[in-house]
Amino acid sequence: MEKENKSDGKAKIIRYTPWLVHFNTGACNGCDIEVLAALTPFYDVERFGIKLAPSIRHGDILLVTGAVTKKAGERLKRLYEQMPGPKFVIAVGTCACTGGVFAKSYSVYAGADKVVPVDMYIPGCPPRPEAIIDGIAKLLKKLEQS
Amino acid sequence: MAIDKVIEVPYALEIPVGPQHPALHEPILLKAYADGEEVVKVEVHTGYNHRGIEKLAEKNSFYRDIFIVSRVCGICNGVHANCFVRAVEQILGIEPSPRAKYLRVLAMELERMHSHMLINAVMAEIIGFDSLFMNIMRDREYIMKSKEIVTGNRVSADYMIFGGVRRDLSSDKIDKLRKLIDRVIPRIKYYKKLFMEDETILKRLVDVGVVKPSEATLYGLLGPVARASGVKIDARASDKYDAYGEIPFNVIVRNECDAWARMMVRWDEALESAKIIKYVLDHLPQDGKAVPDERRLPRRFPPGEAYTRVEAPRGELIYYVMSDGKPMPYRVKIRTPSVHNILNTAKFYIGYSIADLPVILTSWDPCISCMERLTIIDLRTGERRKVPMKELAGGGKKWVNPRYSL
Repeated sequence: MEKENKSDGKAKIIRYTPWLVHFNTGACNGCDIEVLAALTPFYDVERFGIKLAPSIRHGDILLVTGAVTKKAGERLKRLYEQMPGPKFVIAVGTCACTGGVFAKSYSVYAGADKVVPVDMYIPGCPPRPEAIIDGIAKLLKKLEQS
Repeated sequence: MAIDKVIEVPYALEIPVGPQHPALHEPILLKAYADGEEVVKVEVHTGYNHRGIEKLAEKNSFYRDIFIVSRVCGICNGVHANCFVRAVEQILGIEPSPRAKYLRVLAMELERMHSHMLINAVMAEIIGFDSLFMNIMRDREYIMKSKEIVTGNRVSADYMIFGGVRRDLSSDKIDKLRKLIDRVIPRIKYYKKLFMEDETILKRLVDVGVVKPSEATLYGLLGPVARASGVKIDARASDKYDAYGEIPFNVIVRNECDAWARMMVRWDEALESAKIIKYVLDHLPQDGKAVPDERRLPRRFPPGEAYTRVEAPRGELIYYVMSDGKPMPYRVKIRTPSVHNILNTAKFYIGYSIADLPVILTSWDPCISCMERLTIIDLRTGERRKVPMKELAGGGKKWVNPRYSL
Protein backbone atom coordinates (compact mmCIF):
# COMPACT_ATOMS: atom_id res chain seq x y z
CA MET A 1 0.00 0.00 0.00
CA GLU A 2 1.17 3.51 -0.78
CA LYS A 3 1.51 6.01 1.97
CA GLU A 4 -0.74 8.93 1.27
CA ASN A 5 0.69 11.59 3.62
CA LYS A 6 4.47 11.64 3.33
CA SER A 7 6.03 13.23 6.36
CA ASP A 8 6.26 16.92 5.69
CA GLY A 9 9.02 17.81 8.15
CA LYS A 10 6.79 16.97 11.10
CA ALA A 11 8.39 13.57 11.51
CA LYS A 12 11.46 15.16 13.07
CA ILE A 13 9.40 16.00 16.13
CA ILE A 14 9.00 12.44 17.27
CA ARG A 15 12.52 11.25 16.78
CA TYR A 16 13.57 11.69 20.42
CA THR A 17 10.48 10.16 21.99
CA PRO A 18 8.81 7.75 19.63
CA TRP A 19 6.14 5.76 21.41
CA LEU A 20 5.55 2.23 20.29
CA VAL A 21 2.27 0.43 19.92
CA HIS A 22 2.43 -3.29 19.47
CA PHE A 23 -0.28 -5.21 17.65
CA ASN A 24 -0.33 -8.93 17.06
CA THR A 25 -2.24 -9.61 13.85
CA GLY A 26 -1.96 -13.38 14.03
CA ALA A 27 1.57 -14.11 15.10
CA CYS A 28 2.72 -17.30 16.74
CA ASN A 29 3.92 -15.31 19.79
CA GLY A 30 7.54 -15.82 18.85
CA CYS A 31 7.95 -12.26 17.58
CA ASP A 32 5.88 -10.90 20.44
CA ILE A 33 8.15 -12.29 23.12
CA GLU A 34 11.16 -10.98 21.21
CA VAL A 35 9.59 -7.51 21.05
CA LEU A 36 8.97 -7.85 24.78
CA ALA A 37 12.60 -8.89 25.30
CA ALA A 38 13.73 -5.85 23.32
CA LEU A 39 11.76 -3.62 25.69
CA THR A 40 13.15 -5.14 28.89
CA PRO A 41 16.47 -4.42 30.65
CA PHE A 42 18.80 -6.82 28.86
CA TYR A 43 18.30 -5.16 25.46
CA ASP A 44 16.45 -2.02 26.51
CA VAL A 45 15.10 0.18 23.73
CA GLU A 46 14.22 2.79 26.30
CA ARG A 47 17.70 4.27 25.88
CA PHE A 48 16.43 5.61 22.53
CA GLY A 49 13.54 7.27 24.31
CA ILE A 50 11.22 4.57 23.09
CA LYS A 51 8.32 3.59 25.30
CA LEU A 52 5.38 1.30 24.93
CA ALA A 53 2.33 3.53 24.59
CA PRO A 54 -0.75 2.55 26.56
CA SER A 55 -3.16 3.46 23.77
CA ILE A 56 -3.04 3.59 20.02
CA ARG A 57 -4.01 7.27 20.14
CA HIS A 58 -0.69 8.07 21.84
CA GLY A 59 1.40 6.01 19.47
CA ASP A 60 3.90 7.11 16.84
CA ILE A 61 5.21 3.77 15.64
CA LEU A 62 3.00 0.72 15.14
CA LEU A 63 4.84 -2.60 15.49
CA VAL A 64 2.99 -5.29 13.57
CA THR A 65 3.86 -8.92 14.26
CA GLY A 66 2.51 -11.92 12.45
CA ALA A 67 0.75 -12.73 9.22
CA VAL A 68 -2.33 -10.54 8.87
CA THR A 69 -5.42 -12.70 9.28
CA LYS A 70 -8.65 -11.58 7.70
CA LYS A 71 -10.33 -10.82 11.00
CA ALA A 72 -7.33 -8.99 12.50
CA GLY A 73 -6.78 -7.13 9.21
CA GLU A 74 -9.87 -4.97 9.76
CA ARG A 75 -8.69 -4.17 13.27
CA LEU A 76 -5.22 -3.28 11.99
CA LYS A 77 -6.72 -0.85 9.50
CA ARG A 78 -8.85 0.75 12.19
CA LEU A 79 -5.90 1.03 14.55
CA TYR A 80 -3.83 2.69 11.83
CA GLU A 81 -6.59 5.18 11.13
CA GLN A 82 -6.84 6.04 14.83
CA MET A 83 -3.13 6.84 15.13
CA PRO A 84 -2.22 10.53 15.09
CA GLY A 85 0.16 11.62 12.33
CA PRO A 86 3.01 11.48 11.59
CA LYS A 87 2.78 7.73 11.93
CA PHE A 88 5.03 4.87 10.98
CA VAL A 89 4.62 1.12 10.72
CA ILE A 90 7.30 -1.50 11.34
CA ALA A 91 6.67 -5.08 10.25
CA VAL A 92 8.48 -7.42 12.65
CA GLY A 93 9.17 -10.96 11.53
CA THR A 94 8.96 -12.82 8.27
CA CYS A 95 5.21 -13.36 8.67
CA ALA A 96 4.52 -9.62 8.91
CA CYS A 97 6.85 -8.95 5.96
CA THR A 98 5.56 -11.52 3.47
CA GLY A 99 3.21 -13.92 5.21
CA GLY A 100 5.93 -16.49 5.85
CA VAL A 101 4.75 -20.07 6.13
CA PHE A 102 1.15 -18.89 6.35
CA ALA A 103 1.16 -16.93 3.07
CA LYS A 104 -0.99 -19.47 1.21
CA SER A 105 -3.52 -20.04 3.96
CA TYR A 106 -7.21 -19.40 3.29
CA SER A 107 -7.64 -17.07 6.25
CA VAL A 108 -4.55 -14.91 5.82
CA TYR A 109 -3.94 -11.77 3.73
CA ALA A 110 -0.14 -12.40 3.94
CA GLY A 111 2.11 -9.42 4.78
CA ALA A 112 1.14 -6.33 6.75
CA ASP A 113 1.74 -4.16 3.66
CA LYS A 114 -1.45 -5.59 2.15
CA VAL A 115 -3.44 -3.59 4.70
CA VAL A 116 -1.34 -0.63 5.88
CA PRO A 117 1.73 1.14 4.42
CA VAL A 118 4.90 -0.26 5.98
CA ASP A 119 8.02 1.87 6.55
CA MET A 120 10.46 -0.74 7.82
CA TYR A 121 10.67 -4.49 7.41
CA ILE A 122 12.54 -6.63 9.94
CA PRO A 123 12.77 -10.22 8.67
CA GLY A 124 13.62 -13.23 10.80
CA CYS A 125 11.68 -16.03 12.43
CA PRO A 126 11.65 -14.49 14.94
CA PRO A 127 14.12 -11.59 14.54
CA ARG A 128 16.52 -11.31 17.45
CA PRO A 129 15.94 -8.37 19.83
CA GLU A 130 19.14 -6.82 18.48
CA ALA A 131 17.65 -6.90 14.99
CA ILE A 132 14.43 -5.26 16.19
CA ILE A 133 16.41 -2.49 17.93
CA ASP A 134 18.51 -2.07 14.79
CA GLY A 135 15.36 -1.69 12.69
CA ILE A 136 13.88 0.90 15.02
CA ALA A 137 17.17 2.82 15.19
CA LYS A 138 17.37 2.85 11.38
CA LEU A 139 13.86 4.21 11.17
CA LEU A 140 14.78 6.98 13.62
CA LYS A 141 17.83 7.84 11.52
CA LYS A 142 15.59 8.04 8.48
CA LEU A 143 13.38 10.51 10.34
CA GLU A 144 16.36 12.71 11.08
CA GLN A 145 17.12 13.05 7.40
CA SER A 146 13.57 13.65 6.28
CA MET B 1 -50.72 -12.78 20.79
CA ALA B 2 -47.71 -14.96 20.36
CA ILE B 3 -44.36 -13.60 21.32
CA ASP B 4 -42.19 -13.30 18.27
CA LYS B 5 -39.42 -11.11 19.55
CA VAL B 6 -37.54 -10.82 22.83
CA ILE B 7 -35.79 -7.55 23.50
CA GLU B 8 -32.94 -7.71 25.97
CA VAL B 9 -32.84 -4.66 28.19
CA PRO B 10 -29.24 -3.58 28.73
CA TYR B 11 -28.85 -3.59 32.47
CA ALA B 12 -25.13 -3.26 32.68
CA LEU B 13 -22.18 -1.44 31.25
CA GLU B 14 -20.38 -3.11 28.38
CA ILE B 15 -16.60 -2.93 28.47
CA PRO B 16 -14.60 -4.31 25.58
CA VAL B 17 -11.10 -5.44 26.55
CA GLY B 18 -8.93 -5.95 23.49
CA PRO B 19 -8.08 -7.14 20.91
CA GLN B 20 -5.25 -4.62 21.02
CA HIS B 21 -4.17 -4.09 24.59
CA PRO B 22 -0.89 -3.02 26.06
CA ALA B 23 -0.68 -5.77 28.64
CA LEU B 24 -1.34 -8.97 26.80
CA HIS B 25 0.47 -9.10 23.52
CA GLU B 26 -2.13 -11.21 21.85
CA PRO B 27 -5.41 -10.45 20.15
CA ILE B 28 -8.39 -11.60 22.18
CA LEU B 29 -11.54 -9.65 22.85
CA LEU B 30 -13.24 -9.99 26.20
CA LYS B 31 -16.61 -8.34 26.30
CA ALA B 32 -17.32 -7.80 29.95
CA TYR B 33 -20.69 -6.69 31.29
CA ALA B 34 -20.40 -4.92 34.60
CA ASP B 35 -22.98 -3.92 37.17
CA GLY B 36 -21.18 -1.16 38.99
CA GLU B 37 -17.78 -2.67 39.67
CA GLU B 38 -18.94 -6.25 39.61
CA VAL B 39 -18.55 -8.32 36.47
CA VAL B 40 -21.80 -10.07 35.65
CA LYS B 41 -21.07 -11.62 32.30
CA VAL B 42 -18.07 -12.09 30.04
CA GLU B 43 -18.07 -13.06 26.40
CA VAL B 44 -14.83 -14.36 24.97
CA HIS B 45 -14.39 -13.33 21.35
CA THR B 46 -11.63 -15.06 19.47
CA GLY B 47 -10.68 -15.65 15.88
CA TYR B 48 -8.19 -12.81 15.40
CA ASN B 49 -5.38 -15.30 15.22
CA HIS B 50 -6.94 -18.00 13.06
CA ARG B 51 -4.39 -18.88 10.43
CA GLY B 52 -5.71 -22.19 9.06
CA ILE B 53 -2.71 -24.22 10.13
CA GLU B 54 -4.41 -27.62 10.00
CA LYS B 55 -5.38 -27.02 6.39
CA LEU B 56 -1.86 -25.82 5.60
CA ALA B 57 -0.45 -28.98 7.18
CA GLU B 58 -2.59 -31.09 4.84
CA LYS B 59 -1.33 -29.16 1.81
CA ASN B 60 2.37 -29.51 2.64
CA SER B 61 4.68 -32.50 2.96
CA PHE B 62 5.49 -34.17 6.28
CA TYR B 63 8.91 -32.52 6.37
CA ARG B 64 7.55 -29.03 5.80
CA ASP B 65 4.87 -29.67 8.40
CA ILE B 66 7.47 -29.83 11.16
CA PHE B 67 8.18 -26.17 10.47
CA ILE B 68 4.52 -25.24 10.13
CA VAL B 69 3.37 -26.90 13.37
CA SER B 70 6.19 -25.35 15.34
CA ARG B 71 4.74 -21.99 14.29
CA VAL B 72 1.41 -22.77 15.93
CA CYS B 73 2.88 -21.18 19.02
CA GLY B 74 6.22 -19.47 19.32
CA ILE B 75 6.54 -19.97 23.06
CA CYS B 76 5.96 -23.72 22.99
CA ASN B 77 7.27 -24.41 19.48
CA GLY B 78 9.50 -27.31 20.54
CA VAL B 79 6.62 -29.04 22.27
CA HIS B 80 4.41 -28.78 19.19
CA ALA B 81 7.18 -30.05 16.92
CA ASN B 82 7.96 -32.88 19.33
CA CYS B 83 4.34 -34.01 19.43
CA PHE B 84 4.03 -34.00 15.63
CA VAL B 85 7.40 -35.67 15.12
CA ARG B 86 6.57 -38.44 17.56
CA ALA B 87 3.23 -39.05 15.84
CA VAL B 88 4.94 -39.42 12.45
CA GLU B 89 7.65 -41.59 14.03
CA GLN B 90 4.90 -43.92 15.23
CA ILE B 91 3.53 -44.14 11.67
CA LEU B 92 7.02 -44.75 10.29
CA GLY B 93 7.97 -47.18 13.04
CA ILE B 94 11.29 -45.51 13.85
CA GLU B 95 12.68 -44.81 17.28
CA PRO B 96 15.17 -42.04 18.15
CA SER B 97 18.35 -42.87 20.04
CA PRO B 98 18.39 -42.46 23.85
CA ARG B 99 20.68 -39.43 23.51
CA ALA B 100 18.22 -37.74 21.15
CA LYS B 101 15.40 -38.42 23.61
CA TYR B 102 17.31 -36.77 26.44
CA LEU B 103 18.14 -33.78 24.25
CA ARG B 104 14.46 -33.38 23.34
CA VAL B 105 13.57 -33.36 27.03
CA LEU B 106 16.27 -30.74 27.61
CA ALA B 107 14.89 -28.42 24.92
CA MET B 108 11.30 -28.84 26.10
CA GLU B 109 12.12 -28.19 29.76
CA LEU B 110 14.02 -25.02 28.88
CA GLU B 111 10.92 -23.93 27.04
CA ARG B 112 8.72 -24.67 30.04
CA MET B 113 11.03 -22.64 32.28
CA HIS B 114 11.01 -19.57 30.07
CA SER B 115 7.28 -19.81 29.46
CA HIS B 116 6.51 -19.96 33.18
CA MET B 117 8.89 -17.08 33.92
CA LEU B 118 7.30 -15.03 31.14
CA ILE B 119 3.74 -15.44 32.40
CA ASN B 120 4.81 -14.64 35.97
CA ALA B 121 6.52 -11.52 34.66
CA VAL B 122 3.39 -10.52 32.75
CA MET B 123 1.36 -11.07 35.90
CA ALA B 124 3.70 -8.74 37.79
CA GLU B 125 3.23 -6.13 35.08
CA ILE B 126 -0.54 -6.45 35.14
CA ILE B 127 -0.82 -5.93 38.88
CA GLY B 128 1.32 -2.83 38.44
CA PHE B 129 4.59 -4.21 39.81
CA ASP B 130 6.71 -3.03 36.89
CA SER B 131 10.13 -3.40 38.48
CA LEU B 132 9.44 -7.05 39.24
CA PHE B 133 8.40 -7.54 35.62
CA MET B 134 11.68 -6.05 34.42
CA ASN B 135 13.70 -8.17 36.86
CA ILE B 136 12.06 -11.44 35.89
CA MET B 137 12.50 -10.62 32.21
CA ARG B 138 16.18 -9.95 32.77
CA ASP B 139 16.72 -13.29 34.49
CA ARG B 140 14.70 -15.00 31.81
CA GLU B 141 17.45 -14.02 29.35
CA TYR B 142 19.68 -16.70 30.96
CA ILE B 143 17.16 -19.32 29.89
CA MET B 144 16.93 -17.82 26.40
CA LYS B 145 20.72 -17.96 26.20
CA SER B 146 20.76 -21.62 27.26
CA LYS B 147 18.04 -22.38 24.74
CA GLU B 148 20.17 -20.75 22.07
CA ILE B 149 23.15 -22.89 23.12
CA VAL B 150 21.10 -26.09 22.92
CA THR B 151 18.94 -25.49 19.85
CA GLY B 152 20.64 -22.70 17.91
CA ASN B 153 17.92 -20.09 18.17
CA ARG B 154 16.30 -18.16 20.96
CA VAL B 155 12.68 -18.87 20.17
CA SER B 156 11.69 -20.87 17.09
CA ALA B 157 14.46 -23.40 16.80
CA ASP B 158 12.98 -26.26 14.74
CA TYR B 159 15.01 -28.62 16.88
CA MET B 160 13.08 -31.84 16.26
CA ILE B 161 13.38 -34.08 13.22
CA PHE B 162 12.11 -37.60 12.54
CA GLY B 163 14.51 -39.98 14.31
CA GLY B 164 16.26 -37.47 16.55
CA VAL B 165 17.22 -33.84 16.88
CA ARG B 166 19.03 -31.47 14.56
CA ARG B 167 21.97 -30.44 16.74
CA ASP B 168 24.13 -32.35 19.17
CA LEU B 169 25.49 -31.01 22.43
CA SER B 170 29.25 -30.92 23.04
CA SER B 171 30.80 -31.15 26.51
CA ASP B 172 31.87 -27.50 26.68
CA LYS B 173 28.31 -26.45 25.88
CA ILE B 174 27.13 -28.65 28.75
CA ASP B 175 29.44 -26.79 31.13
CA LYS B 176 28.10 -23.46 29.90
CA LEU B 177 24.53 -24.67 30.41
CA ARG B 178 25.29 -25.83 33.96
CA LYS B 179 26.63 -22.39 34.83
CA LEU B 180 23.60 -20.62 33.38
CA ILE B 181 21.11 -22.90 35.14
CA ASP B 182 22.94 -22.54 38.45
CA ARG B 183 22.66 -18.80 38.08
CA VAL B 184 18.90 -18.92 37.42
CA ILE B 185 17.84 -21.28 40.24
CA PRO B 186 18.51 -18.89 43.16
CA ARG B 187 16.72 -16.12 41.26
CA ILE B 188 13.63 -18.28 40.76
CA LYS B 189 13.70 -19.22 44.44
CA TYR B 190 13.87 -15.53 45.30
CA TYR B 191 10.90 -14.67 43.06
CA LYS B 192 8.94 -17.55 44.52
CA LYS B 193 9.59 -16.18 47.99
CA LEU B 194 8.53 -12.74 46.77
CA PHE B 195 5.27 -14.11 45.44
CA MET B 196 4.69 -15.82 48.79
CA GLU B 197 5.46 -12.82 50.99
CA ASP B 198 4.87 -9.58 49.12
CA GLU B 199 1.83 -7.73 50.35
CA THR B 200 0.88 -6.21 46.97
CA ILE B 201 0.97 -9.52 45.16
CA LEU B 202 -0.97 -11.36 47.85
CA LYS B 203 -3.66 -8.68 47.94
CA ARG B 204 -4.22 -8.89 44.20
CA LEU B 205 -3.96 -12.64 43.69
CA VAL B 206 -5.23 -14.50 46.75
CA ASP B 207 -8.88 -15.64 46.52
CA VAL B 208 -9.26 -14.24 43.01
CA GLY B 209 -10.63 -16.41 40.21
CA VAL B 210 -11.27 -19.48 42.32
CA VAL B 211 -11.71 -22.72 40.36
CA LYS B 212 -13.04 -25.53 42.51
CA PRO B 213 -11.57 -29.01 41.92
CA SER B 214 -14.99 -30.28 40.84
CA GLU B 215 -15.23 -27.46 38.27
CA ALA B 216 -11.71 -28.18 37.02
CA THR B 217 -12.68 -31.75 36.19
CA LEU B 218 -16.14 -30.79 34.92
CA TYR B 219 -14.78 -28.32 32.35
CA GLY B 220 -11.79 -30.50 31.47
CA LEU B 221 -9.20 -27.95 32.52
CA LEU B 222 -5.58 -28.81 31.91
CA GLY B 223 -2.08 -27.96 32.95
CA PRO B 224 -1.13 -25.62 35.81
CA VAL B 225 -4.75 -24.41 36.07
CA ALA B 226 -5.97 -27.91 36.94
CA ARG B 227 -2.93 -28.66 39.08
CA ALA B 228 -3.53 -25.51 41.13
CA SER B 229 -7.03 -26.82 41.84
CA GLY B 230 -5.73 -30.07 43.26
CA VAL B 231 -6.15 -32.18 40.13
CA LYS B 232 -3.03 -34.27 39.58
CA ILE B 233 -2.84 -34.33 35.81
CA ASP B 234 0.45 -34.36 33.91
CA ALA B 235 1.09 -36.08 30.58
CA ARG B 236 4.78 -36.34 31.40
CA ALA B 237 4.04 -38.56 34.38
CA SER B 238 1.18 -40.53 32.86
CA ASP B 239 2.52 -41.05 29.32
CA LYS B 240 6.27 -41.23 30.04
CA TYR B 241 7.13 -40.19 26.49
CA ASP B 242 10.69 -39.56 25.34
CA ALA B 243 13.02 -39.85 28.33
CA TYR B 244 10.53 -38.82 31.02
CA GLY B 245 10.21 -42.46 32.14
CA GLU B 246 13.85 -42.46 33.24
CA ILE B 247 14.01 -39.01 34.79
CA PRO B 248 12.75 -38.55 38.37
CA PHE B 249 10.48 -35.54 38.87
CA ASN B 250 7.49 -34.48 40.94
CA VAL B 251 4.08 -33.40 39.72
CA ILE B 252 3.35 -30.11 41.49
CA VAL B 253 -0.16 -29.90 42.92
CA ARG B 254 -1.63 -27.15 45.10
CA ASN B 255 -5.01 -26.94 46.76
CA GLU B 256 -5.60 -23.19 47.07
CA CYS B 257 -7.49 -23.08 43.73
CA ASP B 258 -7.00 -19.30 43.17
CA ALA B 259 -4.89 -17.13 40.86
CA TRP B 260 -2.08 -17.11 43.39
CA ALA B 261 -1.93 -20.91 43.48
CA ARG B 262 -1.69 -21.02 39.69
CA MET B 263 1.29 -18.67 39.71
CA MET B 264 2.94 -20.65 42.52
CA VAL B 265 2.47 -23.91 40.61
CA ARG B 266 4.36 -22.26 37.75
CA TRP B 267 7.27 -21.19 39.96
CA ASP B 268 7.49 -24.67 41.48
CA GLU B 269 7.37 -26.23 38.03
CA ALA B 270 10.14 -23.94 36.82
CA LEU B 271 12.28 -25.18 39.71
CA GLU B 272 11.32 -28.77 38.90
CA SER B 273 12.29 -28.16 35.26
CA ALA B 274 15.66 -26.84 36.40
CA LYS B 275 16.11 -30.09 38.34
CA ILE B 276 15.21 -32.13 35.23
CA ILE B 277 17.67 -30.09 33.14
CA LYS B 278 20.46 -30.72 35.62
CA TYR B 279 19.64 -34.44 35.67
CA VAL B 280 19.70 -34.55 31.86
CA LEU B 281 23.05 -32.75 31.72
CA ASP B 282 24.51 -35.20 34.25
CA HIS B 283 23.08 -38.36 32.70
CA LEU B 284 23.21 -37.61 28.96
CA PRO B 285 23.67 -41.04 27.31
CA GLN B 286 26.68 -41.38 25.05
CA ASP B 287 25.35 -44.26 22.92
CA GLY B 288 23.68 -43.71 19.59
CA LYS B 289 23.70 -40.76 17.24
CA ALA B 290 21.43 -37.92 18.26
CA VAL B 291 21.40 -36.29 14.84
CA PRO B 292 20.06 -38.54 12.06
CA ASP B 293 21.49 -38.29 8.56
CA GLU B 294 18.89 -36.10 6.88
CA ARG B 295 19.67 -37.56 3.44
CA ARG B 296 18.72 -41.02 4.64
CA LEU B 297 15.46 -40.15 6.28
CA PRO B 298 12.45 -42.00 4.84
CA ARG B 299 10.88 -40.45 1.75
CA ARG B 300 7.82 -42.71 1.71
CA PHE B 301 5.26 -42.62 4.47
CA PRO B 302 3.13 -45.73 4.99
CA PRO B 303 -0.61 -45.33 5.54
CA GLY B 304 -1.53 -45.22 9.17
CA GLU B 305 -2.58 -42.99 12.00
CA ALA B 306 -1.07 -41.92 15.26
CA TYR B 307 -2.22 -40.10 18.33
CA THR B 308 0.31 -38.51 20.63
CA ARG B 309 0.28 -36.17 23.58
CA VAL B 310 2.84 -34.08 25.41
CA GLU B 311 2.72 -31.83 28.43
CA ALA B 312 3.11 -28.33 27.01
CA PRO B 313 3.81 -25.48 29.46
CA ARG B 314 0.05 -24.80 29.48
CA GLY B 315 -1.18 -28.37 29.74
CA GLU B 316 -1.77 -31.47 27.72
CA LEU B 317 -1.27 -31.02 23.97
CA ILE B 318 -2.67 -33.63 21.60
CA TYR B 319 -1.81 -34.34 17.97
CA TYR B 320 -3.62 -36.73 15.70
CA VAL B 321 -1.85 -37.44 12.41
CA MET B 322 -3.32 -39.59 9.64
CA SER B 323 -1.35 -40.66 6.60
CA ASP B 324 -2.79 -42.29 3.48
CA GLY B 325 0.54 -43.21 1.89
CA LYS B 326 1.01 -39.92 0.07
CA PRO B 327 3.88 -37.50 0.80
CA MET B 328 1.41 -35.21 2.57
CA PRO B 329 -0.60 -36.10 5.67
CA TYR B 330 -4.30 -36.73 5.10
CA ARG B 331 -5.25 -35.04 8.36
CA VAL B 332 -3.46 -33.28 11.17
CA LYS B 333 -5.62 -32.51 14.17
CA ILE B 334 -4.20 -30.33 16.91
CA ARG B 335 -5.85 -29.92 20.30
CA THR B 336 -4.05 -27.41 22.45
CA PRO B 337 -4.60 -26.91 26.18
CA SER B 338 -5.49 -23.23 25.77
CA VAL B 339 -8.61 -24.15 23.82
CA HIS B 340 -10.04 -25.91 26.82
CA ASN B 341 -8.79 -23.46 29.35
CA ILE B 342 -9.53 -20.04 27.87
CA LEU B 343 -12.94 -20.75 26.38
CA ASN B 344 -14.04 -21.96 29.78
CA THR B 345 -12.76 -18.87 31.59
CA ALA B 346 -15.96 -16.93 30.89
CA LYS B 347 -17.66 -18.49 33.89
CA PHE B 348 -14.89 -17.76 36.34
CA TYR B 349 -14.86 -13.96 36.01
CA ILE B 350 -18.35 -13.53 37.35
CA GLY B 351 -18.60 -11.92 40.75
CA TYR B 352 -15.14 -10.34 40.73
CA SER B 353 -14.40 -6.68 40.06
CA ILE B 354 -13.32 -5.23 36.73
CA ALA B 355 -9.76 -4.79 38.01
CA ASP B 356 -9.56 -8.52 38.63
CA LEU B 357 -10.40 -9.34 35.03
CA PRO B 358 -6.87 -9.07 33.59
CA VAL B 359 -5.45 -10.81 36.67
CA ILE B 360 -7.73 -13.80 36.18
CA LEU B 361 -7.07 -13.95 32.44
CA THR B 362 -3.31 -13.85 32.97
CA SER B 363 -3.39 -16.46 35.71
CA TRP B 364 -4.89 -18.86 33.16
CA ASP B 365 -1.87 -18.25 30.93
CA PRO B 366 -3.70 -17.61 27.68
CA CYS B 367 -1.88 -18.64 24.56
CA ILE B 368 -4.08 -17.23 21.85
CA SER B 369 -1.94 -18.33 18.96
CA CYS B 370 -2.26 -21.91 20.19
CA MET B 371 -6.03 -21.69 20.26
CA GLU B 372 -6.95 -20.56 16.84
CA ARG B 373 -6.34 -23.03 14.12
CA LEU B 374 -9.85 -24.22 13.44
CA THR B 375 -13.16 -22.58 13.96
CA ILE B 376 -14.42 -25.72 15.74
CA ILE B 377 -13.51 -24.03 19.00
CA ASP B 378 -16.71 -22.11 18.79
CA LEU B 379 -18.89 -25.14 19.36
CA ARG B 380 -17.67 -25.40 22.91
CA THR B 381 -19.50 -22.52 24.53
CA GLY B 382 -23.21 -22.24 24.05
CA GLU B 383 -23.12 -18.47 23.88
CA ARG B 384 -21.07 -18.13 20.76
CA ARG B 385 -22.91 -20.80 18.84
CA LYS B 386 -24.76 -17.99 17.10
CA VAL B 387 -21.60 -16.48 15.67
CA PRO B 388 -21.58 -17.33 11.99
CA MET B 389 -18.54 -19.29 11.00
CA LYS B 390 -18.04 -17.22 7.89
CA GLU B 391 -17.41 -14.17 10.00
CA LEU B 392 -14.61 -15.92 11.81
CA ALA B 393 -12.88 -17.20 8.72
CA GLY B 394 -13.05 -14.24 6.41
CA GLY B 395 -15.58 -11.55 7.15
CA GLY B 396 -18.21 -13.42 5.17
CA LYS B 397 -16.84 -12.23 1.86
CA LYS B 398 -14.66 -15.07 0.68
CA TRP B 399 -15.41 -18.70 0.14
CA VAL B 400 -15.27 -20.82 3.28
CA ASN B 401 -14.59 -24.51 3.21
CA PRO B 402 -17.89 -26.15 4.14
CA ARG B 403 -16.01 -28.69 6.24
CA TYR B 404 -15.18 -25.95 8.69
CA SER B 405 -18.52 -24.25 8.78
CA LEU B 406 -21.31 -25.34 11.03
